[in-house]
Amino acid sequence: MSLGHFNYWLAIAIIMIGFYGVIARKNLLKQAIALGLFQTGVFLFYVSMGVVRTDEGEPGMAPIWTDAAKTGPFDNPLPHVLMLTAIVVSVSTLAVAVAIIVNIKRRYGTIEEDEILEMDQRDRAQIGS
Amino acid sequence: MDWFPEFFRPHLPVLVVILPLFGGLLAPFTALIRRGGGIFAWLWTALITAAVFVCATVLLYDVHTGGEAITYRLGSWPEQYGIGYTVDSLNAYVIFVVALIAFLATIYAKDSVIDEIVIDRHHLFYTVWMLAIAGLLGITVTGDTFNIYVLLEISSLTVYTLIAMGGERDRRALVASLKYLVLGSIGATFILLGIGYLLMLTGTLNMADMHAKLVEMHQAGELAGNKTVMVSFAFLMVGLSLKMALFPLHLWLPNAYTYAPSSVSALVASTATKVGVYMTFRFVFTIYGGGVFDSGEDLHFLALCASAGIVVSSFSAIRQVNVKRVLAYSSVGQIAYIVLGFSLANQDGVTASVIHIFNHAVIKGGMFMAIGAVALRMGGTSVDDIKGIGKRMPLTAAAFTVGGCGLIGVPLTAGFVSKWYLVVGTMQEGYWYLAFVVLLGGVLALIYVWRLIEMIWFHEPVDPDKEVEEAPLSMLIPMWILIGASVFFGVNASWTADSAAAAARLLLAGGM
Repeated sequence: MSLGHFNYWLAIAIIMIGFYGVIARKNLLKQAIALGLFQTGVFLFYVSMGVVRTDEGEPGMAPIWTDAAKTGPFDNPLPHVLMLTAIVVSVSTLAVAVAIIVNIKRRYGTIEEDEILEMDQRDRAQIGS
Repeated sequence: MDWFPEFFRPHLPVLVVILPLFGGLLAPFTALIRRGGGIFAWLWTALITAAVFVCATVLLYDVHTGGEAITYRLGSWPEQYGIGYTVDSLNAYVIFVVALIAFLATIYAKDSVIDEIVIDRHHLFYTVWMLAIAGLLGITVTGDTFNIYVLLEISSLTVYTLIAMGGERDRRALVASLKYLVLGSIGATFILLGIGYLLMLTGTLNMADMHAKLVEMHQAGELAGNKTVMVSFAFLMVGLSLKMALFPLHLWLPNAYTYAPSSVSALVASTATKVGVYMTFRFVFTIYGGGVFDSGEDLHFLALCASAGIVVSSFSAIRQVNVKRVLAYSSVGQIAYIVLGFSLANQDGVTASVIHIFNHAVIKGGMFMAIGAVALRMGGTSVDDIKGIGKRMPLTAAAFTVGGCGLIGVPLTAGFVSKWYLVVGTMQEGYWYLAFVVLLGGVLALIYVWRLIEMIWFHEPVDPDKEVEEAPLSMLIPMWILIGASVFFGVNASWTADSAAAAARLLLAGGM
């Protein structure tokens, strides 16, 4: 049972590796990449969900109806289609993140989170607020 | 409302989304008339948001008079296969709130954007601004869970961009925006995972269908000990709590609201988290309703988070030296009131939540507008900048003061009405300690609001020689409409209370 679900294990493992990267990395660009990995894990999860098997363990066919002799089972195309949209969303998120990081690099001269925090604290000590 | 053209009437649910969506996509072309769009970009945005507001008002009227939910099928596909928009007495109300705030914030934005955004980027600012509004309204109107995720990302990505635009003046806005982006994306991805588990379990994405299937399985006893449904609920709740900034997942909020441009703070603070709360209503009561996961015991953990949030965020608000940050921490507390209300899962508690969505939106929107006017005239939002503005900008200062009374929950303001229902709701369940937390939150709010009010009216300005005039009319009018609404609906709460009670009945009946 557990082996039959190995793709789900894999998907969750990728999600967790990405999640760990977002939390643990101090480099903002690495955080953004880890975020992409985190979302990719979810895509794999959805794609696995659409796959069906017959009782004999035969994989389902691609849901393209070409000749009447093929009666199924067909894989569920819905989760796959959803992931097309989600991939676009993920790419856009990465684009916005990188655009903001570029601006951070321009204004702070660094993309290391702890250095940025230090600079902010120094500013606050000087000006107040 | 017979004057509204019959031709458009059946298409109202989709009009509130496509008007700002396409309006936003057309806004960059105003740069052809003048570099950066200038006044034309603003005029176009004001026109579109006004049209959206009219549509939302007619929609609310139709739902209230019709008494039934309005369903709109995109491309005429049945809801099970396509995307269905469903508008009932709950989301018609939230759409109205969002459209109202969007329109007033656009009017307000004129002078503040000229002051804060580089002159050749106004057309792009208003593009993103309208796309954000389209996303927020889309989440509210749709009846399809995956559509919620997509529109959530539209609204979130645009809001990150709007906040990052504050980076022109203060570079910390960039860091705040990126932090919000990372946490917001994690939240949205958790929501996506939760939807995925629900899809596995029910085989559908439509909320009404999901609800029907879940209730059927629940009654057949198949959900007892079912891990899929529990995992989906857990992922959704964590994701939604991140999105609506429920303590302790609120860490992105204070900086994001503080360093955003003034007009963005006013728009986002009064709509984005409210739409997050609306999503939570839909997931908890519409999808998991009918006994699956919507009882007070299931939601008690949320009530504990909310109580801790009210106390901790109010203490944080007391210590802040930036007025916008005080308001941001206060927002965390006010969201916690809303969560506390619906986590009781009884009529008065849910009514309190729904009322407070409106009341907090107008109060906090008005207050962020007031502090934005101070930023325009004084050049900053620290406590030094507000000292003595009572004499220099009396109308703005008065608006801030009245709004502050609403936050505390002084009788005759809208905040009092929400708190009244909330306390009644907690008493009915016998949770005395929760009622105590609500009252304690009021006392703490009194401390942080009074501290600001004292500085506004009784302190001498830091630089008495500076020439400071009252805020322009384009700021004062929307500000006072919101603050006026908070007083009006505090004195005569029958409209808000009736709408909210109708929405609460609908939610507790576990229906669409």
